[in-house]
Amino acid sequence: MTTKPIDLDSAFLSLREVNAALQAATSGAFRVLNPGGEHALACGLDAAIEVTIDGHAGYYCGGMNKHASITVSGNAGTGCAENIMSGAVRVRGDVSQSLAATGHGGLVVVEGSASARAGISMKGVDIVVGGDVGHMSAFMAQAGHLVVLGDAGTDLGDSIYEAEIFVRGAVASLGADCEEKPLDEEHKAVLDLLLQRAGFNVDPAAFRRYGSARRLYHFSVDHMGEY
Amino acid sequence: MSEPADRNNNPQSTPQTIPRKSATFDDYTLSEIRRAAATGIYDIRGGGAKRRLPHFDDLLFLGASMSRYPLEGYRERCDTAVVLGSRFASKPIELRIPITIAGMSFGSLSAQAKEALGRGASAMGTSTTTGDGGMTEEERAHSDKLVYQVLPSRYGMNPDDLRRADAIEVVVGQGAKPGGGGMLLGQKINARVASMRTLPEGIDQRSACRHPDWTGPDDLAIKILELREITAWEKPIYVKIGAARPYYDTALSVKAGADVVVVDGMQGGTAATQDVFIEHVGIPTLAAVREAVRALQELDMHRKVQLIVSGGIRSGADVAKALALGADAVSIGTAALVAIGDNDPALEEEYRKLGTTAGAYDDWHEGNDPAGITTQRPELAQRLDPVQGGRRLANYLAVMTMELQTLARANGKSNVLNLEPEDLVALTVEAAAMAGVPLAGTRWIPGSEA
Repeated sequence: MTTKPIDLDSAFLSLREVNAALQAATSGAFRVLNPGGEHALACGLDAAIEVTIDGHAGYYCGGMNKHASITVSGNAGTGCAENIMSGAVRVRGDVSQSLAATGHGGLVVVEGSASARAGISMKGVDIVVGGDVGHMSAFMAQAGHLVVLGDAGTDLGDSIYEAEIFVRGAVASLGADCEEKPLDEEHKAVLDLLLQRAGFNVDPAAFRRYGSARRLYHFSVDHMGEY
Repeated sequence: MSEPADRNNNPQSTPQTIPRKSATFDDYTLSEIRRAAATGIYDIRGGGAKRRLPHFDDLLFLGASMSRYPLEGYRERCDTAVVLGSRFASKPIELRIPITIAGMSFGSLSAQAKEALGRGASAMGTSTTTGDGGMTEEERAHSDKLVYQVLPSRYGMNPDDLRRADAIEVVVGQGAKPGGGGMLLGQKINARVASMRTLPEGIDQRSACRHPDWTGPDDLAIKILELREITAWEKPIYVKIGAARPYYDTALSVKAGADVVVVDGMQGGTAATQDVFIEHVGIPTLAAVREAVRALQELDMHRKVQLIVSGGIRSGADVAKALALGADAVSIGTAALVAIGDNDPALEEEYRKLGTTAGAYDDWHEGNDPAGITTQRPELAQRLDPVQGGRRLANYLAVMTMELQTLARANGKSNVLNLEPEDLVALTVEAAAMAGVPLAGTRWIPGSEA
């Protein structure tokens, strides 16, 4: 950061005051002090500002973000970066369920692990998780990339559409209509770029790639067992 | 003495009973068994419950008499305006009439149909609602007041549309399918619909039945907090529930921070879902109103958190009865589509070709609607003139409003919201129990002894 960040202290400011200050800003850097796990912090931002949450955040931190770069130095709760449109959200610790749910764009990085349903219904967001992800991650994922450096829980990619999943560790099980696909050079290049953007120096060749088998794209009685 | 009957039961010489079809296995049931056996897929259709149900038809207004005097029609005012969202929103939504247009998506409906709904509603000073698939420029441009739905799928969801909406409706469920997700079959997923929903063109689209980032009322409270923070606490936030457990669902919606609760009975339509879901899950609109009102009254929130009732509203009489039972406004969907041309007998020849008849057409998911409403085929959609359609909807809304005022004045009310349960009686024991009003000619309200 080139300029000294402006401090917003949640010990003295209400949630509305903190968010109103961030939502009104058009540039610059901000630090939210004493966040105390407050919900809906730094949601609805719409400008290329930098925000650091200096501690833990509750639900929906960075929700529907556009353009802003948000960093949470601690952990974040359910729905972190939900429906993110653009910009970036980084969490240094772990996150709870529904990470970047329905995200349309932008980059979401979790340095720790993510709980269940990471990337649920994702619509174009790129998600990189340094640790593990919980069960049903990338459920009904439509577009974008989910990269997992650790392990994935059961039913990964259940009912997935056109999103792509890369996992370096073990996958407990794949969900309905999700299958392993070849990891070609073009995929390694995409993955390499994602890892670089997320700041992870690891070998793309160590990952396996998963996506939709496209068997559920049209209703058929012969696939009844999969629904 | 006559001869004994022919032992061989010869139909030429022996009296016969006339052929008798089973009430249990009626013609419709038999046709469904054959259809299922031939296709191996359940019956998917649009619309709401078609079975006969206790409804507002089973209630009557008492009118004025010795103890109450009526208001003069056309001379004494009878106000119809309603304000929605006064609990927390800094910009509540003000409607000239208590009849709104329910959520219907671009995708399930043509762009022309959405525009017609916007034009008609705007002409009468009321709101329209987006649907599963996001907000289009056409509907924003043609709707003075537009309610933006937050659905489990979040197709097309974005903060810009959230901020340019006039109100936000978190959809937990709908009357046609409480607990069910959406479905839009591939025929209607053209390039524009596909791109709005981030899906490949032409595939069957499954919308989730649960929200991706919250479950239960405690989570919902935080979700509503987030939506308010994103929109600077300006917008009214509605919570829409399918009528299933209206007392508890209304109470929990209030607890979660709703400004407005929308309760949709099982006659409320859907773009497409399984017939078995539509006909067998949820409760009738009539059965839901008093229970929702009871929850509001017990929380001292009646008329503070507004209640919108929908599902089978067809006339000013239905509106008046819903308001008398405690609703603040109603929503219409099916009736609005009929007003702009759905199921018009003038198209009978084309309905026949589709294997149906005007008044029964409900294969809205197939996208072949000859009226140009539930279709994405350009040659069909262009049949609907949005200006004319809008005019027809405005006329229909005006008639409903005048009917509503007529009934309110007859009961001595200078504001339609002053209608009350004491103005009503029921024609059937069932309706008396559900509406909590006496069976006509008696003092008996079944269930009130308990």
